[in-house]
Amino acid sequence: MEEEATKYIWEGAIPLQIKLHESEITSFPPPPPLMILGLRIGYLPLLVPPLKAHFSSTLPPGTDNVWFDYKGLPLKWYIPTGVLFDLLCAEPERPWNLTVHFRGSPGDVLTPCEGEESVKWSYINSLKEAAYVINGNCKNVMNMSQADQYDLWQSLLKGNMEGYLKISSRLKLGPFGEDSLPSEASETVASSRPSRIPVRLYVRSVGEEIVDIEDAPIIDSWDKISYINRPFEIYKEEGGYVSLKQALKSLLPETFNTNSSQEESSTNVKDPNAPDFEDDNAKLRLVRVQGIEPDMDIPFFWLANCLRNPEFYLHICVFISKQPKLR
Amino acid sequence: MRGVCTRSGSLSAADFYASAIYFSQRWNETNSDFPNWVWIPCSRLGAISEDEGYLVLEKVKLQTERNDSNLEELNNCDSSANDELTDEATLVDVHSHYAHLYDLHIAYSFTYKVPVLYFRGYKSDGCHLSLDEIKEELPSHSVEILQKSKWTFMTQEEHPYLNTPWYTLHPCGTGDWMKLLLSSTSYGENISLIQYLPAWLSVIGQTVGLRVPLELYSRS
Repeated sequence: MEEEATKYIWEGAIPLQIKLHESEITSFPPPPPLMILGLRIGYLPLLVPPLKAHFSSTLPPGTDNVWFDYKGLPLKWYIPTGVLFDLLCAEPERPWNLTVHFRGSPGDVLTPCEGEESVKWSYINSLKEAAYVINGNCKNVMNMSQADQYDLWQSLLKGNMEGYLKISSRLKLGPFGEDSLPSEASETVASSRPSRIPVRLYVRSVGEEIVDIEDAPIIDSWDKISYINRPFEIYKEEGGYVSLKQALKSLLPETFNTNSSQEESSTNVKDPNAPDFEDDNAKLRLVRVQGIEPDMDIPFFWLANCLRNPEFYLHICVFISKQPKLR
Repeated sequence: MRGVCTRSGSLSAADFYASAIYFSQRWNETNSDFPNWVWIPCSRLGAISEDEGYLVLEKVKLQTERNDSNLEELNNCDSSANDELTDEATLVDVHSHYAHLYDLHIAYSFTYKVPVLYFRGYKSDGCHLSLDEIKEELPSHSVEILQKSKWTFMTQEEHPYLNTPWYTLHPCGTGDWMKLLLSSTSYGENISLIQYLPAWLSVIGQTVGLRVPLELYSRS
């Protein structure tokens, strides 16, 4: 099942229709937009070579400083393409219409991207961070040979799943949850360590009055999105399994709980038989992972193992609505 | 107050908050030369967090070779002003050597369970300093490391709470050197939470040229 899921993720792609910003068109008639598939697990700057080839004859003179926008919102290039799509298109747009710019990246808002190198290092740093979350150290990633690092990156670039898995499996970064299973071989210290899953949450708030999430307004500023880069932690002994819903609520305590009683190094996993969070401040409207809206009762570990990105992060887009306070 | 985890050199989020509040109070009390550290609570989707946030020190001058040579020039100016043969050109140079100011933020990394420094520099006209301009001001050992590890030592990243790019020192090694630092004899057997941030800053500060006043290390 998990192999099928991995294949699904690697094959996932967003049909993109990318036009050049009008200020950079110097030819008449203007060039048509480029239709191209963006891998869900890929990153927009990696599309620059075909974009450059398509638009180079019309670009004004100058050095390239590539960036993308969706309806005016500059896109953060280090967020995987699939996540950007799930987050920003409440109603999935096919093809997804984006604008590419080759000049004038807004340096006050976007961290600079120097092309493929920037994306590669951002990726390696995320992989390192995920390794730290899972193992408590990033030695396995730091000790990768230059050749392995090169092959790993090339595999991701080309969407070569087999090539990637051959190297990533040697990093011993999964599956999630198995390290905290009691076994005769494991020391007592190891079994008392919490299991940690690398998670990146992207949360947007949608008005209560919006009945259909697909009618949610377009995002015009990143200030409207909350980005939470925080591992999910759980002690297996706390019993039962944790559902996606429970995991999200533990990662967003102030958003959901009227009394934010936080035990910071372990989650307060509620009894699945308890009444369903009546006193919450906010309501989960929609949750998207890899373009799927999973069942909220799905076991979180299973979801993470199936739907995580190749750098071992589980990226979750969450749409919430604030509840009016009932007093 | 719970103790710091000396086995790993890290600390919990709650301990970071407690340590940050204590540290900023001590700094603000003992240090009239510098601006104050301010705790900014994290505001997320309309809810203000009780204990998640970051420390901010704004418009601070760092101890850089450039700033030190400014000081020399200023001193030279003062003494030469009394001479009849005042050199006008020197006065003009001093004005253009206005010290760059920096904003420093200390946030908590939930992944690495350590504090992380984010910083930005500004010219006198308010424009942000580029990486090259910052490199000119960094202590030389930092510049060396930067040259060897372009992508893994100090890079521009997105601030965890503000949607803007900031320079940051990668935290993946922090736990290791904090472990060494805290286990050194000067800290004794029982590491108190309140010593974590001053200890951390004593090392990080050197990377960017922030002078940490000695009074912060006193046990009282």
